[in-house]
Parts: sequence; structure tokens; C-alpha cells
Amino acid sequence: MRLTCPHCGARALEEFTYRGDATLRRPAEDAPHQAWVDYVYLRDDPAGYHSELWYHGVGCRAWLVVIRNTLTHQIKSVSSAVASPAPNKSDS
Amino acid sequence: MSSDHYSLFSLLRESLRGHAGWKPAWRKASPQLAYDVIIVGGGGHGLATAYYLARRYGIQRVAVLEKGWIGGGNVGRNTTIVRSNYLLPGNTPFYECSMKLWEGLEQDINYNAMVSQRGVLNLFHNDAQRNAYIRRGNAMRLNGVDAELLNIEAVRNKVPFLNFDNARFPIQGGLLQRRGGTVRHDAVAWGYARAADRLGVDIIENCEVTGITIQNGIATGVETTRGKITAGKIGLACAGNSSLVAAMAGLRLPIESHVLQAFVTEGLKPFIDCVTTFGAGHFYISQSDKGGLVFGGDIDGYNSYAQRGNLPVVEDVIEGGMALMPRIGRVRLLRQWGGIMDMSMDGSPIIDHTSVGGLYLNAGWCYGGFKATPASGLCFAHLLARDEPHEVARDYRLDRFGRGAVIDEKGVGAQPNLH
Repeated sequence: MRLTCPHCGARALEEFTYRGDATLRRPAEDAPHQAWVDYVYLRDDPAGYHSELWYHGVGCRAWLVVIRNTLTHQIKSVSSAVASPAPNKSDS
Repeated sequence: MSSDHYSLFSLLRESLRGHAGWKPAWRKASPQLAYDVIIVGGGGHGLATAYYLARRYGIQRVAVLEKGWIGGGNVGRNTTIVRSNYLLPGNTPFYECSMKLWEGLEQDINYNAMVSQRGVLNLFHNDAQRNAYIRRGNAMRLNGVDAELLNIEAVRNKVPFLNFDNARFPIQGGLLQRRGGTVRHDAVAWGYARAADRLGVDIIENCEVTGITIQNGIATGVETTRGKITAGKIGLACAGNSSLVAAMAGLRLPIESHVLQAFVTEGLKPFIDCVTTFGAGHFYISQSDKGGLVFGGDIDGYNSYAQRGNLPVVEDVIEGGMALMPRIGRVRLLRQWGGIMDMSMDGSPIIDHTSVGGLYLNAGWCYGGFKATPASGLCFAHLLARDEPHEVARDYRLDRFGRGAVIDEKGVGAQPNLH
């Protein structure tokens, strides 16, 4: 598995840090307790395409949104998390 | 007369009869229309649950549904280590319960599981790690678990060929649990399957659950590739597929599925006689009775259901091995594989009822499920039979995350890939 960073090109996996599901959104500070429990602990954990955050710590230090198939490790897309954040499921 | 009880006498008798009287270890059962309890997942934990349900709790209309074949999942993919060297109060009694069950397992299920209490040695490399291991050893001993702190000379006597003078991680000693060791993993699956089968449990292979029937908030049965089956209670023991099966009942779990790789070398003469772990270098090793060195390290660190990993972790594990014991460098690697781990948000398991009536969950074993197999089965059977948690599993509740009562041995927070 290699990731093609939009800024640096194809790079080895060791340059990146995985930070999990990119579709999660931090609740409002006064959101109910259960909203915070869901955000911190509960995950969809899909078998198939997964939008996830990777941090290119040994390269450009950009946060990236990677859409990757968890069944095959095939990478569908890599984009900047700032320019094109993953959609929140509850928005759609 | 068939030879159904394994013993020296049955072996002698069958030797004289050309071994024609052995029965299959378990029947190829077909699903019936209804059961008291259905266990989804025919891995080690599911089979052990069915066995203890029938044996200790007297529930015999039990089916174990397995989408593949017995022994094809994580119970056949792990590195066979058993130990009970846990620190936290929620964990120590549970894993010690498991260790005690391992010690009596072969007599209990009449199956040679090659339980080998060869010792588990965790190395430390600096004062802070020594203090942490002293604390862990004390916690274990307070719970009646054996633990012994070895100084550098004692470690040298035990495993003299380690690289004691590694520039980054010089070995200063280790924490030894002599009762820890290894168990033949396939035999655990086969032995529990055989013992459960003899008590009337239906072990149904090639039967994948595709849906969970819920009526008025109560789970009443499952849809499978071999038809609908109704059940009084349903227990999920699906390891790496827990999130997917729970989603069939509309549940989201505090779990991410990750891939862990393991490795085995060509067979060697006796090489290392205890399980040795090099936590600082992400490497642990033991030798199988067949002679192969069995070793592994960290999970790959990203969500995966692929049952195969990537090369960076292969390199990392093998670098750790070379740093610890340079003499493995000339040994040839025979096989390498991956399994899917149900990584929970605090690194500890869940044995609990769910918000759906009649639906129970056994999940979140991370990369440490094998050692827990007997106690997991016993505690899940207790929960299914009595509707209350077993004494040693009372902290493994699903609502502990919301209550802030997490059991985080490693202290890294809600980061499943770091546990």
C-alpha cells in the first residue's frame, strides 16, 4: 500500500500516520452526553470504502482524506483534508 | 463399539483394529428450525461458549453458526500464546480464570491441546520500564497470579543468546510468568468442537448469518445462507467481523477492525524455550513444538478486513527480531499471514447484552483473544444462561465507555490502532 499525496506524489506508508474515520464531526460543546460518546467511541467500521484521515508527518505535514477499500486495500482517492473534507454522514 | 473417549486404552484397541473405529471429531450438522441459543461465529470463543453452555449450564439446544469452516479464522491464525500478566483490576481476575481453565482444559474436554507452560518473559530496558513491570508483577501477585522479576543475570541464564548490549534498548531484566506459555491453537478449536458436539451442540459450518430478525426490539432469530433459524437467545462471537454482524441489528460498536500479521520460520532444533517479548521493539517470539519460530509484532494500524497486511510492518517486526536476537537472521521465513482484530476503543473486551433484547455480544478482543478463549466461553455462557455477568467479567460492559469506566491497560485513550 502506497499513498499518492497530492503535494508530494506517491510515498511509502511509513511516512504517514493513520487517524481513523474522516466522516466524524466533533459535537457542539453543549451537545448531549450520548452525542459525545458516539463521537469518541462508536464507529461504522465498514467493509468496503472507508473515508479516513492520514497525516503526512514525514512529508508535507498535510492532513489527507483517503478513500480506501478495507477489503482490498485499494486506494480510490487521496485529497487534502482542508480543501475537500470528507462529508459528514448526517449532513447527507 | 466405537472409540469415542481418547485414552491410551482406546489407542491400543484401535491400533489392533486398523484404526477403523474412530468417529469424526464433530458431526456435519444441518440447521434445525429452532434452538434455545444460537452462537454466531464458530471460532475458539464461539465453540468454547457452546461447550460451557452445554456442560456447565445444561443448555443443550445450542447451535454454532460458522460462515467458513472450523479453525479457519483467528483461532487458526494466532501465535498460540497464553498468559495472565495483566495490570488492571477489571482484567487480572478474568485472564487468571482463563489460565486456570487452560491448566485443566485437556482433561476437561478429553483432547490433547498441547498446553505447554514454558513461561512468558517480558523484557525491560530502563528504570522506568523496570518500575512498570514491578508494579505489574505486584498487581498480578495480589490477584494470586505468579510473577517473578528477573535481573539481567537471570535473563542471561535463561536466554543467553539475546543481544544484551543493544545501543538503544540494552536488556536490564524481565518479568517472568512461569505458568504462561503456548497451546496448540487448532487443537483448541477441534477439541472444543468435539466436546461440544458430544454434548449435543450442532456445529454448522458454511452457514453465514446474513440478517438478524428483530421483532418489537427483541432478536428472535437469524437469516442465514442455509435458511432462517429461530432462537431464544443469540450470542455474537464474530471477532474481526463483529461490527458487520452487529450492524445487522442496527448497532454501532466501539470497535475498529484492524489487520495483525504473524510469521513462522522453517523448523529448527530446540532454539528458544520460553515465550519472549520485546515490547520496546514491537517483537515477540516462541518456538512451536514442530520447530518453527512463531513471531509477530504490532498491528498494521489502519482499518482492514483483508486478512493480509503490508510490507512496512513486516520490515518493522523483523528489524525488532534482529535487534533482539541477531542469530535469527539466517533462518528462512516459511509463512506470513494476517488476521482481522476487533480492536476496541480501550483495548479491553466486551461481554455483555446489547440494547436489543435477546442479543448478546462477545467482542473487542483486540490481538489478545486466543489466551482468553476458555474464560471468554465460560463468561459468555454464564451471561447467556443466567442473564447476568460472570463475576470475573463484570467490568466488560458495553456501556463502560459512556460511563468513563474504560479498562485501558496501555493508557492510550480511544485510539484502537495504538492498543
